[in-house]
Amino acid sequence: MAGSESVDGAERGTLPADAVASSTDPGSAAPAIRLRGLRKEFGAVTAVDGVDLDVEDGEFLTLLGPSGSGKTTVLRMIAGFELPTSGLVELAGVDVSRKPPFDRDVNTVFQDYALFPHMSVQDNVEYGLRVRKVDRAQRSARAQEALATVRLSGYGTRRPNELSGGQRQRVALARALVNRPRVLLLDEPLGALDLKLREQMQLELKDIQREVGITFVFVTHDQEEALTMSDRIAVFNAGKIEQIGPPAQVYEKPATEFVAGFVGTSNLLSGDVARRVLGHDGTWSIRPEKITLSPSSPSAPTVPSPTSEVRFATGTIRDVVYLGDLTRFVVDLNGGGTLTAIEQNLDQSSADVLGLQGTNTTLEWQRKYEFRIA
Amino acid sequence: MTFSRRARVLMGVAAAIALAFIYVPLAVVLVNSFNPSRVFSWPPQGLTLTWWAKAAQNDGVRSAVGTSVKAGLGATLIAMILGSMIAFAVVRYDWFGRTAISFLIILPIALPGIITGIALNSTITTVLQPLGISFGLLTVIIGHATFCIVLVFNNVAARLRRTGRVLEEASMDLGATSLQTFRLVTFPLIRSALIAGALLAFALSFDEIVVTTFTAGPDIQTLPQWIFNNLFRPNQAPIVNAVAAVLVLAFIIPVYLAQRLSEGGAGGRF
Repeated sequence: MAGSESVDGAERGTLPADAVASSTDPGSAAPAIRLRGLRKEFGAVTAVDGVDLDVEDGEFLTLLGPSGSGKTTVLRMIAGFELPTSGLVELAGVDVSRKPPFDRDVNTVFQDYALFPHMSVQDNVEYGLRVRKVDRAQRSARAQEALATVRLSGYGTRRPNELSGGQRQRVALARALVNRPRVLLLDEPLGALDLKLREQMQLELKDIQREVGITFVFVTHDQEEALTMSDRIAVFNAGKIEQIGPPAQVYEKPATEFVAGFVGTSNLLSGDVARRVLGHDGTWSIRPEKITLSPSSPSAPTVPSPTSEVRFATGTIRDVVYLGDLTRFVVDLNGGGTLTAIEQNLDQSSADVLGLQGTNTTLEWQRKYEFRIA
Repeated sequence: MTFSRRARVLMGVAAAIALAFIYVPLAVVLVNSFNPSRVFSWPPQGLTLTWWAKAAQNDGVRSAVGTSVKAGLGATLIAMILGSMIAFAVVRYDWFGRTAISFLIILPIALPGIITGIALNSTITTVLQPLGISFGLLTVIIGHATFCIVLVFNNVAARLRRTGRVLEEASMDLGATSLQTFRLVTFPLIRSALIAGALLAFALSFDEIVVTTFTAGPDIQTLPQWIFNNLFRPNQAPIVNAVAAVLVLAFIIPVYLAQRLSEGGAGGRF
């Protein structure tokens, strides 16, 4: 993304034609959301720095990144809570960049739910229909249907403060879904739930999304959540998209050093170490679970051969971290550099693995799991 | 936290002393209003409702109560409108000088009443009188509003800060216009804080005497002024006791309600 100015300029040049094409042909041809050259500055801080993104109809897209990476600001610009400093937000081919939130066919599920505390659950869910003057009978029926979708039938008369965190989360979801928006925006909606409930809600959210067929844009900093739920993941860093693709692709083939480090953990080899171990220049990434350990054997080749499909490296186990289902080994390579390997504890106990600390070992991995990222 | 028996007894005694310190004088007034003797005597020589009946029939008391109620309502109304508008401006919008403004709004409550009184008095004499507005009910209302605004402002601003912007964003996100959002979400959320502020403002206005003295002029008299003027007249002293007793009882209610309302918070019943 070097020289975002020129990218901006190029995009602007092509925009009128795009806009005309999409306005004459709305409906299925235009993506549900199209962002072009989106920028947002707060004073001297650039929160979003030239984002281009197409979200297809019915897709579950996750914006993944650390806090302050601009993902939430992008979501807020799609919802209309923030206006972009420059760039374009299109919903189904219509430019909404300057429109207020109530003129956009999107609904948001907020991080802390933002349920109206002075209204019952039923009134909360009916709210969107009420302000759009849907008649009483119809909005009551649709609200009950939405509550059934999130498995909260019979909770209509309660107040939000009488519900658990997970139930509030579902009410927030029902309140958004009842309006049948084209796009649903979710801003870290599971962040306040405990681990068990969060895992359960991840699966339920995905089910509901399949059921209603609405485009979901989901913001999270939790890479596991992103990998579990998404059709595609856009990884954000410093206001820009580092990589966008299906979970397997983002995980297996990180495009940049940042993605390799943020999505899962990764071994990065560069410079001398890369030349010695891999026989290549550049920066390379290998996932720890792709590396296996075996007791040191003198027969293993230590010089990489460009043709071999299997790689070896020898070293000393510096740290053993027993994680219950897994064990993480940190290995200092002979000749410099460090590799981390993860093994499943199939038939080894903590005593077995902890005893390995300080011993020599040979690491082994398939060459196809090495990815060049720089 | 647990305390030893001795510590608990000591704390109980301390609390009793503090409460006695505040409420014994009020009890004396109440008891005296039923005391048949014209001068204070202990123990009371009997029980009578004479002074209460006389107080109820006293023209001076009646007109003073009327003036105080009018002044209190007027000042409270101004405070509700201006106080909540300033609270919105200060909490919801970011603009140059907003911390300075919020300090200037709170200042009058800390300023000695006599300073406010003198300042208002000379303003009325030099600015309002040439414009045809002379000392009277209107000037008392203006004077009281200067410190009543603070109470409404503080209550509403605290509630706005606590509820944050996110509920309003949720409302707009669900398709509500700004006006609908105010009517259905913002106002219901601040309503109890607004009422609490108004009750406190009214209570403060009702018993104010220093600023009143400088702004009322010779033609009108509020109830505190009437009490002050009649306190040292031997004939009137028992009636003053009865009036004061009524005021104590009448003020427990709004202050209690105000406290309940500000505690109730955004999820309260109101």
